[in-house]
Parts: sequence; C-alpha cells; structure tokens
Amino acid sequence: MAETATKDMNVQVVEDKVTSPWKEALRTFLRSKSAVAGTVIVLFFILVALFAPIIAPEGINEQKLGDPSTHLVPPSSEFWFGTDEFGRDIFSRVVWGAQISLTVGFGAVVLSAVLGSFLGIIAGYYGRWVDTIISRFFDILLAFPSILLAIAIVSILGSSLQNALIAIAIVNVPNFGRLIRSKVLSVKEEEYITAAKAIGMKDSRILLRHILPNSFAPVIVQGTLAIATAIIEAAALSFLGLGAEPPQPEWGKMLADARIYLMNAPWTMIFPGLAIMLTVLGFNLMGDGLRDALDPKMKN
Amino acid sequence: MLHYIGRRFLQLIPVLLGMTFIVFLIIRAIPGDPAQMILGQQATKESVEALRENLGLNNPWYIQYFDYLKGLLTGDLGVSIRTNQPISTEIWPYLAATFELAFFAMFIAVVIGMNAGIISAWFQNTWFDYLAMVIALIGVSVPVFWLGLLEQWLFSINLGWFPTSGREEVRDPIMAITHFYLIDTLIQGRYDQFGTVVKHLILPGMALATIPMAIIARMTRSSMLEVMRSDYIRTARAKGQKMFIVVYKHALKNAIIPILTVIGLQTGLLLGGAILTETIFSWPGIGRYIYEAIGFRDYPVIQSGILVVAFLFVIINFIVDILYSFIDKRIKYN
Repeated sequence: MAETATKDMNVQVVEDKVTSPWKEALRTFLRSKSAVAGTVIVLFFILVALFAPIIAPEGINEQKLGDPSTHLVPPSSEFWFGTDEFGRDIFSRVVWGAQISLTVGFGAVVLSAVLGSFLGIIAGYYGRWVDTIISRFFDILLAFPSILLAIAIVSILGSSLQNALIAIAIVNVPNFGRLIRSKVLSVKEEEYITAAKAIGMKDSRILLRHILPNSFAPVIVQGTLAIATAIIEAAALSFLGLGAEPPQPEWGKMLADARIYLMNAPWTMIFPGLAIMLTVLGFNLMGDGLRDALDPKMKN
Repeated sequence: MLHYIGRRFLQLIPVLLGMTFIVFLIIRAIPGDPAQMILGQQATKESVEALRENLGLNNPWYIQYFDYLKGLLTGDLGVSIRTNQPISTEIWPYLAATFELAFFAMFIAVVIGMNAGIISAWFQNTWFDYLAMVIALIGVSVPVFWLGLLEQWLFSINLGWFPTSGREEVRDPIMAITHFYLIDTLIQGRYDQFGTVVKHLILPGMALATIPMAIIARMTRSSMLEVMRSDYIRTARAKGQKMFIVVYKHALKNAIIPILTVIGLQTGLLLGGAILTETIFSWPGIGRYIYEAIGFRDYPVIQSGILVVAFLFVIINFIVDILYSFIDKRIKYN
C-alpha cells in the first residue's frame, strides 16, 4: 500500500514538471492587460512607500507655521499637490502616507490570513465538534457588517492605527478561515493524504507539508483582494477618527481633516482620496488577474 | 418549501444568539465602569455602588447576559446615557432615515447598474462596453467617503444643484408620521417638500449606490454574455425577433438569478456603507446614531445600535435566500 502510494506520488511529481501549473498561471496572468496594469500600480505604490524619504521633498510634519503665506496654497510648481492648513506639503504627506496604508493593508491581511488559516485547518482537519464550534464562530463574525464590527472592536481597544489594524484583521479572519477549511476538506480526501497517513506520518506533518501548500493559491488570491478592502477599511476608520491620530499622514485621516476646507481648498481632499483609490484599484486588478490565473473556479 | 424556510429560520437562531453574546462581550470588555460613566467623575462612591447594584453590574456575567437577553426579547434595548430615553423608541426615526437612504441608493444602483451591464453585453467590445466597465472598475475601488466629499464639492459648493447635507430644509421642517419623509410628504400633499426630500437624497444616495452599482453592472454583463451565446437566443434572432426584445425579454429572464444574488448581498452591505455616507452628509440615520454614541461613550446605544443593524443584515440575507427559491424553481434545497 505504502509502496504504491509513493509510486503514485512520484508519477504526480513527474506530471507536474511537464505541465508546471505555476508557469501556466504566470502565462495566463501576463496575458491579462488589466492584471499587468494592476501589478504596475501596486509596484509603483510599493516603491513610493519604500523610497518615501527620497521622493518626498519635505518631512512628514514639516510645517511653516510662521509664514501664513504657505497655508492652504493651491497646487503649484513648488507644492505639487498644494499645502494644508498648517502649511504642510500635501505631496510629501501623500507619499509618506503610502507607507502607512500599505503597512496597515499588508499587516492586517497577513495577520488575518495566519489566524484564519490556523483556525480553518484545525476545523477542516479534525472535523466534528471542533469544526462545529469554529464554523459557527465564523458564521457569527460574518453576520456583522464588517465596518461595524471593526468600529466595535476599536471602541474596546481604543483609537489608534495599530488597533485599527487588529480590528480589520479580526474582521477578515472568517474569510480566510472558511476558504482554508473547505480546501482542507477536499484535500483531506485525496489519495496521497491517505497514503501519508498509512505510512504513519504525524498529523502536524501532514498539515504542514501537504495540506497547507495545497491551499496556498486561493489564499494568495483572497489575500490580494483583501488588501484592497483592508486599505479602504483602515482609511474609513481613520476618517471616522478611530484610526490614525494627528499628525500621522494617513490618507483617510487627511480626508477627514480636509472636510472643513472643502469650500476654499479642495486640493486638500482630492489628492489623498486619489491615492486611496489608485492603490485599491491596483490591488483589485491584480487580485482579479491572480484569481483567473491561479484559481479559475473561484470566479463568481 | 415551508419546510426549507422553517429549517433556515431555525439555523438563524444560534447565529443571532451568538451575535448578542459577542456584542455583550465587546461592551463588557470596554475599559471603565459604566456606572461611573453614567454618573460622571464627581459621583460619590456610594451612589456609583448603588447604581451598579441597580444596573445588575454586580451579578455574575452569565446572569447579566441572561437579563440582557430577557430584555431584548421583551423589546427592551436599554436606555441612552446621553438622552436618558429608551433606545427602542428613540431608534426608529434614525432607522427610517437609513432605510429611506438605502432603498433610494439601491434603486439607483439597480436601474443604472443593470442597464449598463445589459447594454455592455449587447454591444460587447464597443466603446460603451469599455467605458462602462472602466467606470465600474473604478466604482468598486473608490472609497465612499471620498466620493461623498467630491460630490459635495462639485454639486453643492460649486454648482449649487443640491444641498450639502441633512434630510430636510431647516426652515421648513417636515411633519414626521412614518419618518419615511418621501411617504410623509406625499401623505400630507406637500409636493414641494417631497421635491426637497428627493434633492437631499440624491448626493448621499449616489455615493452609497456607487459600489453596488458597479458590482451589479459587472455581474449583469458577465451573466448576460453567457446567456447571449446560447442556442435559444440565436434562434430568437434568426426568427427576426427585434434585438431589444431578445435582450430584455429572452436573455434577461435567464441571466437574472446571479444578478439577484448580488443585489441581495449588496442590500445587506449597504447598511455598513451607510455609516460613512451618513457621517459625511450629516444624515440622521442609524450609522450616525451609533457614531455619535461612540463619541459620547453612550454604551447602551452603541450596543443596541450595532445589534439592530447586525440583526437587519442577517434578516435581509435570510429573505434574499428565501426569495431565490421562489424565483428559480430549479434550485433544490437539501
């Protein structure tokens, strides 16, 4: 039995090499113009975030308080995006803001993917009452509108960017959990898992070596799309005053501050919003492309 | 059918119970003593202790939860710390305002989104198709709160077409009967007021409608494209049937199920989006009610507000689920 199983596995490895699903996926991904466009946008913002100290002409909070002539200046060759009520250069703040939004987006998604995968694997692999408890917990969390649940969590933890990140991560846990759980349930029935069990492999090893890698593709897809929502949710929490605190140049917070200057300084509102939209658009396009390439079944 | 509805309803109960428990835990986990919060910092120790006893805060947590559930079942949502009014009566005008906004937004989203999707599928790969799909793509990525600000800046500050915020003209207040102002003004025959209500609805309605509109348009397009390739459509066209009838009558009928799924899902999600839209447009809805309660640390309102919205969300999804089985007889529930 064990021998045939190993043989089967070998056959599969050889077949994989011939077709190479990853190469095939890459080809599908690169064929899609929108996916490539999305990737370019995402890379652009990642580079902006990484090189913010070089790109931004001014520091995060450099203000010219003493000189009222630099307050609320419209976009010009000196201040590309204009200045805000404290005379801070909005272009610099938008550039610095890329660091914050991307960190919160990635951070929240990685945290929820790890937590969700852990719970999902346990639920799917052990089944029975463990599965029932975890799945019901997911159902209940999913039953809340996500921004509402995030608001409730932040109101316990206190308003800060870090707590906003944690809240968004918790809200997204069931999405990853359910995904992994269903993947585990289908992989569990595969013959090579039966084979692994038959040769006496430990549960933890089966989970880590076989089940987890096989659930990787949908997590990547879900993760990319989740970053888009996480960035919007973080900006929304900051906009409501439940995330970033002054003087952090968080895009949502900048929008909230711009509200009172809507009438005479609309540029304070236009550029941070544009930055959020473009970043989110990039991740959405890239996620759609990845989904078509890696997991066509997930469509719809 | 009835069997299915019954079973689905029974499945709802543990979810709803779980939600009450989670909201209960969240509120209990908030640092600070609610009794102290209600009475303020100057309160004496004795009066705080007396209020704790009175509110049942000295009981073990499971007794507190049980009391809380008992209250909920009898329609007691607690008393607002800020206004000292029972929340169950105070909440209705806010809920009605949110419903009115959400229905209006959904109406815009369905009418524009579905037609954009249908026409895109009909004229696939033309400039209209590309334009509509690019707009739809941007639509799913645009933050609602930014869109709201842009609308205010363009349509009310610059062009002066619509009011920036609120639900009614302050100088000409509306006599509330049902608190659905569109209905109230019609009942009273105040058509001028009806007009101002619509004017107030348009900007927040458009902001709230954008995301569902974009998603509905994309879903309609892909669903229609799939159906348009089928044999019976070719037959209908070969018979010389007018294209308009082929698209809107024959094709749409079979493409509608996935579109309805999306509409259902989005209706629930609108409630979440409403919080942000209401904040921007000072719309006196449930989202704003909760948001202001957070500022005042009015915990009973936060608790009940979140619970009411979450319950509505679950119930809307339940209704949508049931509706499918009526619309598509092919769906068999086991």
